[in-house]
Amino acid sequence: MTTLLLTNAHLIDPATGREGPGAVLVRDRVIADIHWGRPASVPEGAEVIECGGQVLTAGLVDLRAFVGEPGAEHRETLASASAAAAAGGVTTLVCMPDTNPPIDEPAIVDFVLRRARDTASIHVLPAAAITKGLAGQVMTEFGLLTEAGAVAFTDGLKAVTNAQVMRRALTYARDFGVLLMQHVEEPTLVGDGVMNEGEMASRLGLHGIPREAETILLERDIRLVRLTGGRYHAAMISCADSVEIVRRAKEAGLPVTCGVSINNLVLNENDIGHYRTFCKLSPPLRTEADRQAVVAALNEGVIDVIVSDHNPQDVETKRLPFAEAADGALGIETLLAAALRLVHAGDVSLPRLLAALSAAPSRVLGRETGRLSPGAPADLVLIDPDAPYVLDKRQLKSRSKNSPFDEARLQGQASLTMVAGRIVHRHGETR
Amino acid sequence: MTRRLSNTANGPTTLLAAGCRRSYSPSLRMSTQAPPGFPHRHLLGIEGLSPLDIVALLDRADEAVEISRQVEKKRTTLRGRTQINLFFEPSTRTQSSFELAGKRLGADVMNMSVASSSVKKGETLIDTAATLNAMRPDIIVVRHHQAGAVHLLARKVDCAVVNAGDGAHEHPTQALLDALTIRRNKGRIEGLTVAICGDVLHSRVARSNIILLMALGARVRVIGPSTLLPPGLARFGVEVFTDMRKGLKDVDIVMMLRLQRERMNGSFVPSVKEYFRYFGLDGDKLSHAKADALVMHPGPMNRGVEISSEVADGAQSLIKEQVEMGVAVRMAVLEALATHLPNA
Repeated sequence: MTTLLLTNAHLIDPATGREGPGAVLVRDRVIADIHWGRPASVPEGAEVIECGGQVLTAGLVDLRAFVGEPGAEHRETLASASAAAAAGGVTTLVCMPDTNPPIDEPAIVDFVLRRARDTASIHVLPAAAITKGLAGQVMTEFGLLTEAGAVAFTDGLKAVTNAQVMRRALTYARDFGVLLMQHVEEPTLVGDGVMNEGEMASRLGLHGIPREAETILLERDIRLVRLTGGRYHAAMISCADSVEIVRRAKEAGLPVTCGVSINNLVLNENDIGHYRTFCKLSPPLRTEADRQAVVAALNEGVIDVIVSDHNPQDVETKRLPFAEAADGALGIETLLAAALRLVHAGDVSLPRLLAALSAAPSRVLGRETGRLSPGAPADLVLIDPDAPYVLDKRQLKSRSKNSPFDEARLQGQASLTMVAGRIVHRHGETR
Repeated sequence: MTRRLSNTANGPTTLLAAGCRRSYSPSLRMSTQAPPGFPHRHLLGIEGLSPLDIVALLDRADEAVEISRQVEKKRTTLRGRTQINLFFEPSTRTQSSFELAGKRLGADVMNMSVASSSVKKGETLIDTAATLNAMRPDIIVVRHHQAGAVHLLARKVDCAVVNAGDGAHEHPTQALLDALTIRRNKGRIEGLTVAICGDVLHSRVARSNIILLMALGARVRVIGPSTLLPPGLARFGVEVFTDMRKGLKDVDIVMMLRLQRERMNGSFVPSVKEYFRYFGLDGDKLSHAKADALVMHPGPMNRGVEISSEVADGAQSLIKEQVEMGVAVRMAVLEALATHLPNA
């Protein structure tokens, strides 16, 4: 039985927005007590961690990370992804079912959970496929997969495009109370598109992806939610029109939540510059006006969750002409630092940001994490929000190096990350 | 991104407007110095060139035209240099034009096309670039079916790189040869109205031409069915028309674009018949342009699809002259880049 006192911290409870000086007492794997304001007396035998006035909050919960295990371990393993996550202050990640074989059977869920238990330093929660083989046709075993430990259902990189399949999945999901997370992109409208449609794509001679590829599928899904009552989470939206669709759905009281990729919050299509394939993403980076719209939606709470959309790609899939390169960017290790750009720019308050990074995703999953309160899991992160540095991709813990923030000036980092009472990362070293 | 000339009072277009290219007396010796204001190691696009750079290249190309019209066409500017024409996409005229240009300047020219290369065996663009780079070429001329591929390659080699067309992005030497053809026939570019017609969406020729013509002060119109016009086109600063007759009214130059066969059958336009009826250049539609309007086409032409034979072979057609200017412009480009090579 270990007891830890994290003292002299600036506490922020992402679940309530409350902030102020204080200390957190951790006993075994849970938060035993929160001392707001008053200096805490040190319990006998407790180890004291001096926080130096830095921000202490609940660990980040990332609803969307692609891990190459099983099947693409050369890109990322559960161990390397969790090391990257820990270094970025993420204490829970939901891994996508786009593995080989895909996570569409209870045995694969079991495999991922066992591998994570043995090799990962943070909580890894598998999301299972909505359809077998991610093929968009035949429903998976929602009940059995949930019993095996799947926390949500998604076809990952793919959308379920067949409306009948989606209707049945939402209907059936309601009976089991499970969550469907949809990648909202209609592939026939994406076509040959590789970036946001508009002047920039036309200048680069690249085919564009219209916003309607997103809004049409989102609108359809929300009508299906109204029809079925299933719980629906739009994995990532990227434009102002989608914000309005989600807003209306929420105002109508539908069981709809919504996420945004960190990339769409802090980058725009101009970051592609002269064909930077690390900025080739799905959904694509859009215009500055769209970026501002999703930032505003985050502030208003129309967007609930920020995800890293962590998608490790190797040199062979990225060092290609833009249209031939794979989609995706690393994100989990830089999620916090990139998100802090919004705070430093004065666009989002730190408590609001942390709510979208930990409390809201925990709520979407129905888990106890994401809050500073007695009895909650001792998943904590100590943040130095101001530390400036230039990101060097060679220092990243991921097995892949496709970070759109390579050589970017960033400010803020996780000084210490704790998972279930165990320190899994200290800045400058990783345990 | 779009350069508009705000300094026409002292900019290079005044040189053009004064018709100065007719006033110099070519010595028939191409100079060995880089033209002033051409500071680029590669030619990857018209984007990034200043009007001064463009005019310098055109002036140099005028000299090359004279050289090419002599019996003795060979020069020594590129003697000892190696030029590789790396074509990932089949091309007859562009490749032979670059080959002839290099040879007339004395370079050793090697043609490498994708059909016979290791790319089909799975080698990546980067590996191909590294392999060729190890053979120590001085200039690589590249055509690739993907936008940005030439930029990617240019970052991986030590020699000069010329973009001979990348996807739907740019084809800078085509725009330069078109500008040269226009300037030699109209005496200027500034103030002319140029209509670019057809499949602009998939056309690198159109993009390079729009940038170049606007940089030199021409008014540019773009005409085509909306399915073949790139989104955001109006923000390039061009006027957009979907009615050929309205768009051609009072223009000085009509540039036709090739419509690829695979785009004719329902995917972008319903049929060849319908396309020719509304967007093919025939005598009737051409009559809406100025009486002395000139007709251009980058080739190869689809007669009866985007242009009628009557117009293509008619008195207003500059299509054959464009081919001649192509060699001259490529000589000018190769020579300008050679001045940046080591030991130049």
